[in-house]
Amino acid sequence: MQYLWRTPGSHTLPEEASPIGPAPLSVRDLTVAYHRKPVLWNVDYTAPNGGLIAVVGPNGAGKSTLIKACLGLVPRVSGTVEVFGQPVAKQRRLIGYVPQRESVDWDFPVSALDVVAMGRYGKIGWFRPVSRAHKEAALHALERVGMADFARRQIGQLSGGQQQRVFLARALAQEAQLYFMDEPFAGVDAATERAVLQVLRDLDAAGRTVICVHHDLQTVAEYFDHVLLMNTRVVAHGPVARTLTPELLGRTYGGQPLPLPVRETAAP
Amino acid sequence: MIDEAIRILTFQAGFNSAVVVAGTAALGLAGGTVGTFLLLRRRALVSDALSHATLPGIAVAFLIGAALGLPGRSLPLLLAGAVASGVLGLLTVQWLVRQTRLTEDSAIGAVLSVFFGLGIVLLSLIQTLELGGQAGLKTFILGQTAAMAQGEAIAIGLLAAGAAATVALLFKELRALAFDPGFAAVQGWPVARLDLALMGLATLVTVIGLQTVGLILVVALLIIPPAAARFWTDRLSVLTIAAAAIGALSGWLGATLSALLPKLPAGAVIVLVAGAIFLVSFLFAPARGLLAVGLRNGRLRLSFAERRALAGLLAGRPVDGPLAWWLGARGFLRDGRLTPRGEVAAKAAERNRRLWDRFLADYPALVPAHANWGVDPIDEVLPGDMVRLLEERALP
Repeated sequence: MQYLWRTPGSHTLPEEASPIGPAPLSVRDLTVAYHRKPVLWNVDYTAPNGGLIAVVGPNGAGKSTLIKACLGLVPRVSGTVEVFGQPVAKQRRLIGYVPQRESVDWDFPVSALDVVAMGRYGKIGWFRPVSRAHKEAALHALERVGMADFARRQIGQLSGGQQQRVFLARALAQEAQLYFMDEPFAGVDAATERAVLQVLRDLDAAGRTVICVHHDLQTVAEYFDHVLLMNTRVVAHGPVARTLTPELLGRTYGGQPLPLPVRETAAP
Repeated sequence: MIDEAIRILTFQAGFNSAVVVAGTAALGLAGGTVGTFLLLRRRALVSDALSHATLPGIAVAFLIGAALGLPGRSLPLLLAGAVASGVLGLLTVQWLVRQTRLTEDSAIGAVLSVFFGLGIVLLSLIQTLELGGQAGLKTFILGQTAAMAQGEAIAIGLLAAGAAATVALLFKELRALAFDPGFAAVQGWPVARLDLALMGLATLVTVIGLQTVGLILVVALLIIPPAAARFWTDRLSVLTIAAAAIGALSGWLGATLSALLPKLPAGAVIVLVAGAIFLVSFLFAPARGLLAVGLRNGRLRLSFAERRALAGLLAGRPVDGPLAWWLGARGFLRDGRLTPRGEVAAKAAERNRRLWDRFLADYPALVPAHANWGVDPIDEVLPGDMVRLLEERALP
């Protein structure tokens, strides 16, 4: 019966079967609603092993919500999320996360190094303070994004791009296998854009999988290998060359013109 | 009077007074430590709803005690009632926010006033009954250190120390929770349970502070010390310790003052001491205080004005008014003309301006946020190679 409910027009382009283990991310039948309005609708998606994946779609398409639902940060109406073949709650150690920069208060009384060290908290465990070894690891992560000189600076005194790099370093400090990043390129300067891109390529070369909400259609093909086109439901996904076509983009951003006027309220 | 004050402050005015002062100081210390994280988690006002919501519980517990024939004012029973209705108020706020589209501040306002109103009505009812002991209930509203018995003061001190120690133990976890709860949840930290622990600690501080500070003002012990400490530091560990110190100092001085002036409600005195420390911090703290920020801005504007005036003088435009006086005092100007020293300064300022201008045009992304760019000497901010590069491009 279930195939009856598959959203029409959603099609999965064939992918090479992954030879190494279970998929880093496997989403089945995921639906999320805010106040009864669906934000994600029957999302089915399996991420390929390794590589840089862009999540692309118009504003309000549910891109951030997809990431948050995968991470268990927003309640699901239905569906399952598996990371490397296990429920996401069991695989926290394997997941790294870069939230949107606006999601925190940058006046918070911590230094850049303190924030990056938070990426180590999962490994440190309850009650124990941050040891020197973990601080070194955090400092190394800051070096990788070119921010070691700013380690002691209070985070509110950094520029927007520098703050973005601190968030990226915090995710690197997690030493994860699968990374979720929410618009890491949004509103950053050229130096930060280069630093973020270099980190993504390093992660790719090390065999990690990175799933990135991305807003800039101009750079998708240049920066990413795979793309997931979505607008509440999945429109298409696959390698960039075969998926980022005008026809599929049109369906992602445009949709069909309305054949009939839709009434906002119920008929009297 | 002064002799007595010194004796109380130094714990030499008899064992009872020493215990009360120490207990109140411990209460302030706990308020500062717990309050630091409440403030950073933006939960400070929730604890105000909690404290006001304790009143009906106190009244009902008093009635139950009277019905059971317990002596008029059984403190453990009253505090148990306070916890029960305080937590009920807290849950009501959360339930309203989750189930309706009310914002948190409206839910807090509604719950706070309704619970407090109910408590006042119950208290008035109790006044009309002839039970005995009801006079003591009023101390819960405004607080009274004198009402504190020795054993109670010791219990308050121990519980407060326990609350502060719990914060110290959970320091890393609470920092992660307050800064970025989403990220903490992704790492597997039980965010909801940590929030519960934080609210539990706030409840503990509120309830043990009821007698001393009173339920109207107890929230001040949680909010004012960290808010005052925030002006002094940008580091969370220092902030927590400073807030604890400010809270303890307020409790210590406030309890002493209220022992000297027994007619004043203790809670108000303690809060006024904390308020005075806040005022001093707000005005004079070197990092973020009003005076320091004003001085920094004033100095920046003055150096811009000075630079413009020097450039004008170099181009033959005269300067008058206070700025002329200022340049004269600096030794740059005499009889309306640049002195040799003034000429050197004017040329240096002009070079500095051009180099900054070039830098901003060529490398907009690299402008450092920590320097007063355009004014600070560029050689002290940028590396020498960069300055030489800019000189080649900007100077003829």
